[in-house]
Parts: sequence; C-alpha cells; structure tokens
Amino acid sequence: MPDVSPPDTVRCDACPVLCYIKRGHAGACDRYANVEGQLVRVDPHILLDRAKSQGTPLVPFLEREGDWDGKIMKGQETFVTAIGAGTTYPDYKPAPFIVSSEVEGVDMVTVVTEGIFSYCGVKLKIDTDRHLGPERNMVRAQGEAVGHVTTAEYGSQMLSLGGVHHLTGGSKSEGRVTCETLLDLCNGKEVELTIDEGASVRVAAGKPPVVNGQREERMRVGCGSATIGMFAKQWFGKVDDVVVVDDHITGVLSEHQAGKLLGVRETGIAIQGRRSTPGRYFQVAEPGTGWGGTNISNPLTILKPFKTKFAWPHLRLLMVSTTGEQFAYYELDEELRPVEKELPEALKESVGRIRENCEPALTTVLFMGGAGGSLRAGVTENPVKLTDSVKRKLTRVTCGGAPAYIWPGGGITFMVDVTRMPENAFGYVPTPALVAPIEFTLKNADYAALGGHVDYIRPLGDVLKEKERQRQLGSHTQNPWPLKPHAGNSES
Amino acid sequence: MREPALIRMLPGGRRMHLHDGPIDLIVEANGTPRAVSTAYESAARRFVSILDELCGELPLLRQPARKYSERPRGVVARRMLAAVEPYCEDCFITPMAAVAGSVAKEILESMTAAADLDRAYVNNGGDIAVHLGDGQSYKVGMVERPENPSLFGYLEITSAEPVRGIATSGWRGRSFSLGIADAVTVLADCAAAADAAATVIANAVNLPNHHGVARVPAREISPDSDLGERLVTRGVEPLSQLEIDAALDNGVRVATSLRERGLIHSAALCLQKCVRVLPSFSTKSERGRRDIFPKPSAPRLHVQLELSGRTNPHA
Repeated sequence: MPDVSPPDTVRCDACPVLCYIKRGHAGACDRYANVEGQLVRVDPHILLDRAKSQGTPLVPFLEREGDWDGKIMKGQETFVTAIGAGTTYPDYKPAPFIVSSEVEGVDMVTVVTEGIFSYCGVKLKIDTDRHLGPERNMVRAQGEAVGHVTTAEYGSQMLSLGGVHHLTGGSKSEGRVTCETLLDLCNGKEVELTIDEGASVRVAAGKPPVVNGQREERMRVGCGSATIGMFAKQWFGKVDDVVVVDDHITGVLSEHQAGKLLGVRETGIAIQGRRSTPGRYFQVAEPGTGWGGTNISNPLTILKPFKTKFAWPHLRLLMVSTTGEQFAYYELDEELRPVEKELPEALKESVGRIRENCEPALTTVLFMGGAGGSLRAGVTENPVKLTDSVKRKLTRVTCGGAPAYIWPGGGITFMVDVTRMPENAFGYVPTPALVAPIEFTLKNADYAALGGHVDYIRPLGDVLKEKERQRQLGSHTQNPWPLKPHAGNSES
Repeated sequence: MREPALIRMLPGGRRMHLHDGPIDLIVEANGTPRAVSTAYESAARRFVSILDELCGELPLLRQPARKYSERPRGVVARRMLAAVEPYCEDCFITPMAAVAGSVAKEILESMTAAADLDRAYVNNGGDIAVHLGDGQSYKVGMVERPENPSLFGYLEITSAEPVRGIATSGWRGRSFSLGIADAVTVLADCAAAADAAATVIANAVNLPNHHGVARVPAREISPDSDLGERLVTRGVEPLSQLEIDAALDNGVRVATSLRERGLIHSAALCLQKCVRVLPSFSTKSERGRRDIFPKPSAPRLHVQLELSGRTNPHA
C-alpha cells in the first residue's frame, strides 16, 4: 500500500502497526484516534495520588516489584491530571473533564484537557562553562534547524528550541524534526543537538550534559575572580601566585584585591588578554571546551614572560580552572621560566575544595506554551475571564500536576519543569504541534462566576469509576498538592 | 513516534500487565515464588519483540489464507495461519482472525518453558491461553459488561479436560465481525484455535441482506483492515424472535460442524439476549443458575478469568 493517506485519514506511528485512522475513528489499539484530522492519544488517563511520593509503574517489575499498590483513592487525595484526558475539538465544547472534589471544606473544580500547542517550545539550561556556540546561532537536530543559542547565564548556557516558526514556519521536515526533538526532551529522552560553528551536545532533562562527547560533571563555583576571592586565604603562604583560568574573568591572586589585602607580594606575572580591574582579565583565550570554558589545553599559553623586576627563581605558581577539574603547579627556574612540578600536598586541599563547591552539572528543560483562546473556551464561555482569574491567582494552573509559572502580561503563557511531570506526559499531533496536559483548579464558586461549564462538572467519584482507562501515579514529592486551596501560581 | 512496551505489575502484585500498541495482556501464574518470577521475566522478555515481529509480516498476514499460502516466517505468524487454515476452503479468513489467541499462546508457552508452574493464564482482551498442571483447575467467571462488572456465571476448566484456550468474538468487540452475534465464546484446545473458531462462528450468526442490520465496508472505517471492502456490522436493530432464531441457527450449524471436526470443544452464542450453548459447556452458577448466559441484561459478553477462592477485584 502506498504511503499516502487520503485527506481525512491520518497514519498513526505510535506503534509498528502504523494504522491508517479515519476521521472520528480510533486505531487498532483504541488509544489513538483521529479527531478532526489530528492524531490524538486518548489513553491512559493519569491520576495522581497525594499519599505516594513519585514512583512509577512504568519501571519494569523486574527491578521494582510491587512498587505500585494501585489502591483506589478518594476525595482530596486524588488529582485528575490532563494526561490522557484527551481534548475536545472544536474547543467551544467543554473540556473533557471538569471534576469537582471537596478539599478542606472548599468545593474545588479542576478543568483538565490535553491542549494542542502550536505555540510552544523548550528552554534549555545547560550547566557548563564550555562555549557551545555564538549567540543567535542555529541549533540543529538531525540537520534541521530546531532553535538557537541565547544568552549565557551564570555557569550555564541557554538554548531556546522550538517555537511556532520552527514548528510550522519552515519546511515540512524542519517542523517534524522540531516536534520530535521537543517531544523527546519533554518526555525526558536524550537528544543530540549541534550548534552552528559550535559544539555538539547530548542533553536530557535532569541529566548531566555531554559536550563534544565529554560528560560535564560540575558547574563552576564562581568566575575566576570570584574564586580568587573565595580561596585567597587558603592559598596565602602556601603558594606565591594563583591564576584561576576562566573564559569570562580570569583571576590573578597577587594582583587581585583579595591578595592585596592579605599582603601577597607582587610576582611580575603577566597575563594575555584585556585587563578589567586589577587581577581580573577578560578574553585570555578564545572560548572553547578546554580549561574554564576557554579553548586552551596548556595554561602557560595565557602567560607572557614574567617581569624580571619582580619575579624570582623558585617562585611557586598554581594554575587552576574555575571548576578545579584542571590544575597545574609550576616553579620558576633560574631564567624565570615556569617548570611544571607535582602539586604539593598543601595545595591539593584547596583544589579539591573548588571542585567540591561546584554543583553537579545538569540540563534542565522547561516547557513553555501558550493556552490559546480556543483552549480557554473549553473552560469557560468567556475565555478572557479565565486569563483574568489566573492572573488574580484564583485559578491555579498545573501541567500533569506540576506547578506552572505564568508569565505576566496577556494570555496564559506558562513554563513548567518537565522533570516534575509524570513520565511521558507529552504527546504530539502531526500538524506538527505538541500535546501537553493542562489543568485549571479553582473554587466552585469562582468557576461559576467566570462563566464555567458548570453543567458539565462531575464529582471525582464518578471519574474514578472509569477505572479501565486510568492509571494512578504517585505525586511528585517536590510539587505542591495541586488541589490545596488558597495557593496561587508559584514555583512551590 | 514509537511508544515503548509497557510492562508492569497490577495492583496486588499478582498479575502482570503487558501492553504494546494494540496488544494488551493480563498474565497470572501460580507456583513457587521463584517459578512465578522466572515465568514473568520470561514472558516480559518474549513480549517486547512480539509486535515488531508481527508487523514485519503484516501485509502477508492480512491476505486471505489459502491451502498453499506463502508461509510466514515468525512463529506467532505461523501459528495464526495454522489456526485459520482449517477454514480457508469454506470461507474468507485471514490469519489476523487468530492474532489475539496466538499471541496469548506464545506468551504462555514462554512462561511454561521457563518454569514449572502449577497453572497460568494469559488473557489477551478476552482471548485466553490457559496452562493447567495435574489436578489444577480454573474457574472462569462470565461478565456481561466490563464497564459494570458483576459475575453472573462460572464455568470450570480442569486439567482432566483438553480445553486450554478460550476466545470471544462479536460485532460489539474490538475487532470487526461480518455477523450479528453480540458474542460467541468458544472453548478449544488452544487459544489460537479458539480465537479463529470464535471469529468464524460469530460471522455465521447472520441474517444476510436484512434491512435492520447496518453494515459498512471495513475499509471505510479502518483503511488498512484485512477485511477490505467486506461489509462489517455496525448496528443491529431489535430483531423478532423468528429472526433471532434464524441467525442463531446459522451459527449453531457451523459451530456443530466445527465441533464434529474436532476444532472446538464447546461454544456459547449470544444474540439479543438469546443464548444457545453447544453440548458439554457444563456450567455451575453460585446463584444456582443453570445457564451460562441467563438472560443477560446487556448482550456484550466479556470473559474474565477469576481465581477461585480469592477476592474479586471488582467486588
């Protein structure tokens, strides 16, 4: 059979059966369906159990036998997420689940729906000082442009991936690859990205990044200058000068304010690069994946000859990177040339301390999306009232039970840490667009006041009866309980 | 994007749930804890590749079976063809008619090959493969409506009898049916044979060209259905007793002949609250009922394997 679908048929690629699904029908599994030409996952529906910390029945039983007791929960201890809840289309129909439950004496309503987000993307924070690529350069997956490099943040490099222009504004395969990349990142899978004129990285939410094949272990404790400030006292008397090599600001103990205050003697050291203030140098080398995010592998290349007026034979010099991962110890010979020696015991502790003060390097993935007017119409007849209620913190927004940060300003544009959502919470439609769960929780009275679809509210008990399509998971330990009244939208 | 197979224990820690694409299995074994755990591990290992194997030969498996059809390569695919071959000269049938039972049987065999079990079953959406050690038995509870389950009858399968497979087919089920039976349940030597036979008998419970039966070409609903342009049943209006009897007569005639050919042991045919049971479908009901389908309030039949003496999870 040729691989072309008639216009009202979608081909499902969730499993190798590759069903052609006609509009309004489900595939062989009854879990994926063609809703108005879009492939939608309709199963399973995830419920969160407050009593349980995060544990997932998806872990093979061989490793975690009896992990999940699957008891039936009641009342406030169960939160109905939007994962697998499905979506309604067109959106003026009420959202698939509008659930009421009484929590601490207050009637709460949760409106859950799986939103289809064409306007969405992920923000990646990659904990590394290594230079990943120039700002604004393209980030590619499978050769397709899926995003770009944005700013460097403290100890981290930021990438912005996805967005409507990559999803639907480019070629068909750009859109498809972007969608796949976003979906994988949101579902916690590893993705390989290459940056134009830059590095190749392998990243997964909550895992250490791998830059050019090398796993990042630690974030730097501070820039080179800050590191001098922090450790000057520990070095004083044990070494004559210290250079902390950093792509941003390289620090030199003998010139730095911290050294001066301690009375460190001038050493005649001379550094390549642009001096900012005493003991602080910009641009000692090119950015790269060597020492302290520079491109150097031999630290001596950033030193100019010692000034004979100040330097002396046997002068002791420590050179160390901002993470303590690289270090070298030198003593000057009679011609005042540095000769590498073994690191003395007395200095090992300080190098170790730099290293231990560097936190584990991670990649964090924030999903960012905007709840469009039509999605909001599934909640209320007057979509702007929902926006207003969210802004006034009467309505809490969660994604699969995880707290969402709501951007100030118009609309409901939110960000959520995907590692706090249940596994595989995201889906996609071939538009392409991502399908993400979104839940709005508010008091019954507030829901009625904003023109909610109150006739469609169902008691929690009723929803729980539909056991067949449901799966119960433990709630993530770090997440505030989504049904708790009187708390607004905030990061825990 | 390919979703990974799901392998997990169900609440209570006794039963295992295996899910991949359209395959959804509930597995339970009894024996020493070590044997059970070995069997579950073996089932899980066998399970993860089974869908890919089948899909690799899907176009062939969707072709009508013929006496000298091209042989599929996969062991499950071969079992499917073997199960439908006895029917291929008399009616249209593809190996897909036996897919559920064949998968159940394959998983069951991976378990019994790996460990010495007292008894075990693999339930693939109502098509069930059963293993019984000496002196063992299963009590099978009959459920009318899965969404509102209550057991209304039991039948018992013992190691002394040859039944090791149970399957149900009907137009209300997940697969298409050419007939109008609400449900036909079959007991046979193995799950693959039961699956194929249930399909054939359910197709035979029919009233050709009846105006009260809504039929649609299978391809209109599911473009890649193995049934192609054949008309599948989508709705049946209330029928007169005469019509019900005529349709059931057709089905019973076919079932009887299958039984005479040794392809099945027993069958129960259900159409609009009327039930015909072929001999030796001996049943017991804890409520003192004799029939296994005592005037069901809803015609949809769902077979649920239940351990005797244990709690009913639906209670």
